[in-house]
This record gives sequence, C-alpha cells and structure tokens, in this order.
Amino acid sequence: MEKQGLGLGLEITELRLGLPCGEPVEKKEKKEKKRVFSEIQAGDDDDDENSSSEDRKVQTKNQVVGWPPLCSYRKKNTVSQTKKYVKVSMDGAPFLRKIDLAMHKGYSDLALSFENFFSCYGIREALKDADNAEHVPIYEDKDGDWMLVGDVPWEMFIESCKRLRIMKRSDAKGFDLQPKGSLKGFIEGVTK
Amino acid sequence: MAYTFSFPEEVLEHVFSFIESEKDRNAISLVCKSWYEIERWCRRRVFVGNCYAVSPMMVIKRFPEVRSIALKGKPHFADFNLVPEGWGGYVCPWIAAMACAFPWLEEIRLKRMVITDESLELIAKSFKNFKVLVLTSCEGFTTDGLAAIAANCRFASFIFLISQVLNLLDFNFVFELVLNKGHKFESKLCLCLVNLRELDLQESEVEDLSGHWLSHFPDSYTSLVSLNISCLGNEVSLSSLERLLGRCPNLQTLRLNRAVPLDRLPNLLRRCPQLVELGTGVYSTEMRPEVFSNLEAAFSGCKQLKSLSGFWDVLPSYLPAVYPICSRLTSLNLSYAIVQSSDLIKLISQCPSLLRLWVLDYIEDAGLYALAASCKDLRELRVFPSDPFGLEPNVALTEQGLVSVSEGCPKLQSVLYFCRQMSNAALNTIARNRPNLTRFRLCIIEPRTPDYITLEPLDSGFGAIVEHCKDLQRLSLSGLLTDRVFEYIGTYGKKLEMLSVAFAGDSDLGLHHVLSGCDNLRKLEIRDCPFGDKALLANAAKLETMRSLWMSSCSVSYGACKLLGQKMPRLNVEVIDERGPPDSRPESCPVEKLYIYRTIAGPRLDMPGFVWTMEDDSSLGLE
Repeated sequence: MEKQGLGLGLEITELRLGLPCGEPVEKKEKKEKKRVFSEIQAGDDDDDENSSSEDRKVQTKNQVVGWPPLCSYRKKNTVSQTKKYVKVSMDGAPFLRKIDLAMHKGYSDLALSFENFFSCYGIREALKDADNAEHVPIYEDKDGDWMLVGDVPWEMFIESCKRLRIMKRSDAKGFDLQPKGSLKGFIEGVTK
Repeated sequence: MAYTFSFPEEVLEHVFSFIESEKDRNAISLVCKSWYEIERWCRRRVFVGNCYAVSPMMVIKRFPEVRSIALKGKPHFADFNLVPEGWGGYVCPWIAAMACAFPWLEEIRLKRMVITDESLELIAKSFKNFKVLVLTSCEGFTTDGLAAIAANCRFASFIFLISQVLNLLDFNFVFELVLNKGHKFESKLCLCLVNLRELDLQESEVEDLSGHWLSHFPDSYTSLVSLNISCLGNEVSLSSLERLLGRCPNLQTLRLNRAVPLDRLPNLLRRCPQLVELGTGVYSTEMRPEVFSNLEAAFSGCKQLKSLSGFWDVLPSYLPAVYPICSRLTSLNLSYAIVQSSDLIKLISQCPSLLRLWVLDYIEDAGLYALAASCKDLRELRVFPSDPFGLEPNVALTEQGLVSVSEGCPKLQSVLYFCRQMSNAALNTIARNRPNLTRFRLCIIEPRTPDYITLEPLDSGFGAIVEHCKDLQRLSLSGLLTDRVFEYIGTYGKKLEMLSVAFAGDSDLGLHHVLSGCDNLRKLEIRDCPFGDKALLANAAKLETMRSLWMSSCSVSYGACKLLGQKMPRLNVEVIDERGPPDSRPESCPVEKLYIYRTIAGPRLDMPGFVWTMEDDSSLGLE
C-alpha cells in the first residue's frame, strides 16, 4: 500500500550475500526435526516423533506461546472455564443426546435445549400440561438418586447432575411427580 | 522538465488537495523536485507504519503542515504475546516533538504503542484544534490520562470512544466518521481506545475511576457521537450514563460493557433511538415476559440500528427481541456470545442485509450453511474458536462450513476461520468459488495438521488459493505445509502484502521462494519454521522493500544477523533474546527472535536489555 518515503527514489540494490547467483539452494535439506522454541513451560518441541508420552503431548498442546493466534482479550473472554457434559435420554426416542450444562444459564435454557433435541419426539406435548404431563424430566445426582428436575437452584443442579432422563410418567409408579417451582415455570415457558 | 508550461503553485496545491491516499501522494512527490516541494508543504495526513522507520524530526522537517498522524509500534505478533514486555514502541518522543512543531495538529492515531498519562496530558494541553485520538492495542496509561483529555473540554464538541481491539468495526466506523464520509460532523473530538490491555490488569484502579470519569462530561455537553466502553471491567454509573445519553441527540454508537444488566438496556435505548451501532451488555436475566416485551419495543424504536455486538452471556429466549430490526442489520458481532447453532440460525436467517459476521464456532456447519443461504451480500466472515485449547472438537464445525459460505456468498472478500480439519479439496473448491477473496486467514488449531482425507500436506490447497485469488492481499497459513506451498505463494502471490506463517516448511528454500517471488510483500511474520541464514542473506536487498520481517523460533544464527546488520545500513536488525547476550553463545547459535525493519533513522536508542540492534560498523561493537 503506502511506501514510506525513503528519499526521491528507492534503489533496489542487487546485493547478494553468501550465495552467488546460479548456485541452487539445496532442496529438501533433511534437517533434524528439532525446532527452536521459545515456549515458557514446555521444554520439548511438540513434534510427534519426539514426544515420548501422552502426558507431554497434552501438556505441550496447551503451552505453545501465542498459539492458536488469539489476542489475550479474546482468550480471556471466550475460553470456557468449565464443561459439564451430561447424557440426556427421552423415553421413546432412540438416541441419547449430550449437552453441556455449563453452557446453559438456567432451567429455561435447559428446557429449550430439550425442545431442540426432542421436538420430533413430542416433548412439547409431553410437558405441555405440567400437572398431567406424560413425561417428566428427572436427573441422576452424585449419590445415584433420581431427582425431579427443578427443585434446587440451578448452580446446585449443575454441580450434582450426572445424567438426565425424560421419563414416561407411567414408569414412575407411586411417586409424587408434581413439578414444583421453577420447573413448572420453565415448562410453561417452553410450551408457550 | 523541459516543458516551460507549468501551473502556478497554488493551482497544483489545489489539485493535490484532492489526493488523499498516501500512496498517491508519494507518487506525486516523485514526479519532479518542484512537485516534491509543493506536495510536502500541503500534505496534511502522514502514516508511519513503523514508528522506528523514521524519526519525529524527519517527519516534521519534510511535512511541516501536518494535521493528522498515524503511527504503529510493535510488530503484529505482539498481539499473541510473542513480543516480550518492554520491547518498545514509545510514543512520548513523538508527542513531545509534535507539541512544538505541529500546534495545529488535529488527529493522532496509534496502534500497538506505549502511551503514558503524561503524554495524554501533553496532548490535551498542546493542540488547540485537536479532534481525534485513536489508540488501538495501546498500553501504559490509565483513566487518569483519559480524564485529562475529557477535562479539557475546550473543544466545540466531544466524542468519547473506548473500544476493544477486535472490534475493528468500531475502528472502521470511527475512521469513516472522522474522514467525514457519509457523516457531516464539525469539530468533533474523537477519542478511541482499542484493546485496553493495561486496563484489564489495573482493574482495581479503574474501579474508582470508571464511573468517575463519565461524570467528567459537563452537564452542558451535548455533542457525544460515540461512546464505547465495552472493554471496561467494572460497572459504570447507569444514572450518569442515562443522563449523558439523554442529552446527546447525535449519538450514533453505543457499546456497553458486560456489567450493564439487560433489564436496564431498554431505558438506555429509549434515550437514544437514533443509534446506528449498539453493543449490549450482558444479554441474560430472569426470563420475564414484561422484560422481554419492553426490550423488544425498545429495539423496535431504534429505526437506524445497523450494527449489533456484545451479547455477553446470552439467554437464547431473549434473542427474538432483536428480530424486529434484523432486516436492517449490516454488521453482527457475536464473537463473545455463547449461542447454540439453532438459535444462531434463527437470528441470521432474518438478516438478509448482513455484510459482516463475527461469530464463535458454535455456529457450526449447519449455521454457516444457513448464512450462505440468507446473507447474499456478505463481505466478511470471522469464525473464532470457542474452545481453542481443548483437545477434541466441541462443535460440529468443519471445512464444510467455509465451503458453503464460499459457494453461497458471491461478494465474500475477507475470511478468518478457526477450525480443526481441512482438506486440499475444500481449499480448492473455496478458491475456485471465490477468486475475489482479498484476505484469507485460516487457522487449523493443531499445528502441522495434514489434509484429513488424504493425510497429505495442504500445499496444493493453499496453492489453489493464491493461484485463483489474484487480488489476495493478506494470507495466513496453517496445517501441514512443505516448501512447496511457498513455491506456489512466490509464483502466484504477486499482490500479496502480508503473510503469516507458523509451523511450516522444510528448508530455506521455502523462505527464499517467498522473498524472491512476492513482489508486493510488505510484512512477513514467521514463527517456528526451519528457515535459516541462507534465504535471508540471499534476499537481503528484498528486506529494504518491505516494512518488516519477524522471525521467531526459527534457525537464523547470530552470525547471520550480525552480517546482515553490517551489510545493510538501512535495516535495523534486532535480535530479541531473553536468554542473555547473544555473543555469550557461539555465532552459529540460532537467535530466539529476530525483527528486521527498514529505517532511515538508524538504530533506536530505547531498547530494553534483551534487544540488540546489529551494528553496521565494521567494529561490530555490541553491548
């Protein structure tokens, strides 16, 4: 684009150093694969041939300075700190889904994900009538107990939830499956 | 000139006043001595791409009537922490010199430079007609310095703009603004700060100042055109903000920071319905129907809104609140928004006028397919990684997404794409679909990743890009690459101006191809490549035709650096090495980092202890 004014004319001198013209530069110099790195933590190069252990490979991946090329502001603001993947199944749907709870802000958000995944399996209808819903969302917590989704605050829920299931009410004999509090709200939000 | 017929100076000057671009001005100055003289007296705008290429006095001597100056400091790789702290880029000597020499200076634009509060105060005091201060990726100052500028409200009107670096949309908008393209503003001061890195670190100081400096705007001040505080970490006083917005009918740009809650947004919007650009604060709150309808109504009231950004912490059920204005949107920056593909699709499908989209890879291939179907005017796409350090893909984004967009968006010119897999076939397709690409930056996250289908290097794919995209100006490479890709680049990249290379190549031949083939190369930045002395020395002359060359973690020996410095007096050859003095090691030892730039100012005098400039004396004396 712009050329800095270096005076009235830019003489491009044909200055040659080292190699005289005509001498072919050696092709395919079989150099050692060793690189000169300036990483802070990783002592090795991350060349696959030289990495001896999985651990070191994993370590190196995360410690190459300035790679991938993202500025620090962006890195700070996008790199997700925690991930919380859990399986979600719906009775009657042939496939399980996996969702990242950490990416959801609350129960309403979760409800929308359910809708996205299982709309073709009638989740909308299933949860429409909260009192008589055909399906009920439950989750397995750290202790292995099955709990009704929505009873505890969201943060607590993320902490303890290991697995989600949208269960047919008929399978849950004898339990009080009246959704309470926020769950009722979010179901209504989904099915609006 | 043998011709005796010539125009009087005034006429030539008048004609020259229509010539604005530096390139054209430089060309004019080369026609003959009298044109050189006339031109230098009427040049108002100077751009110094490397602050060390020329000294302040040299600029002042040649162009005595400058009104606007732009300076760049650190090399581009400083953005990725490859340039150690304290390397340089100090603007102080420039401000000091200009304070005396250019009393009528109106504009200062700095990028990647260090500017202190003292310099800011000097600016506020010295230039009676000052209008524009733009700081992009700068550091070294606090809001005290900003307050000094704000307090000097002697100017007819005031624009206060603080923005974050990657929001180049702001930067461009500000540029447009002050160059009076499409907007008629008179004597506006535009203060634009982009990527306040230091402010992140000094958050505790900002705590007291961030609300405070807002109130430095006197109650009588009504001329705010742009306010962007998106990079401020802490809360600002919303009541001060509301009052300020309410009395500034010319406000066009408002970019809030994360701390502004969503339920306060409608009130803010209602005070400035003429907004053209909006950056929201946090975009979630408890889901309440009245909040939603309030928000939706507030958005609907903004009939001029063309650009949206922000969307920190998105609650997707609030996204439909912006649907009423989507058809007018030309620019959407969702690159900090965690939003699933399906919600993104719903949003983007309603934006047929979109020219620019910045987004996270949550958009996935499906979302990019929808983008290609809906946004036929798209010029620029940037897809950033949501999980750059994760070992496995967390989203269904592949090369297919980019292929779709290249197929569906005929005006696509500029691409920045982070992904985890690529193939030569895909690159080939993209190249053939979009020969009008001017900027192509691909980052395959894992270094040296081959074509995932054939397991071959990606040489031919990138080769296709340079071959078909004849106007390509900027290229960033990634993946597994041999010397061959550089052969293609040297052969076809005739318009290439900037090339970024990492973890690529086999030998010096690669570097040689680029240096000897790319006629228009200005900036070359290389990291972790097996390039050594031979190509560099053989193409020494080329380096004087470029702005700069950066090489880090390569194989250039100290001896070669010395030789280059010795033989090329118009180059500064800077060895940057934090291991200690390079002459404490054998000459054949490779240097850590190398920064070579052309200059007529000689070696700089403000180097820190870990930077050595190779002398061009025969004595080769070095500290």
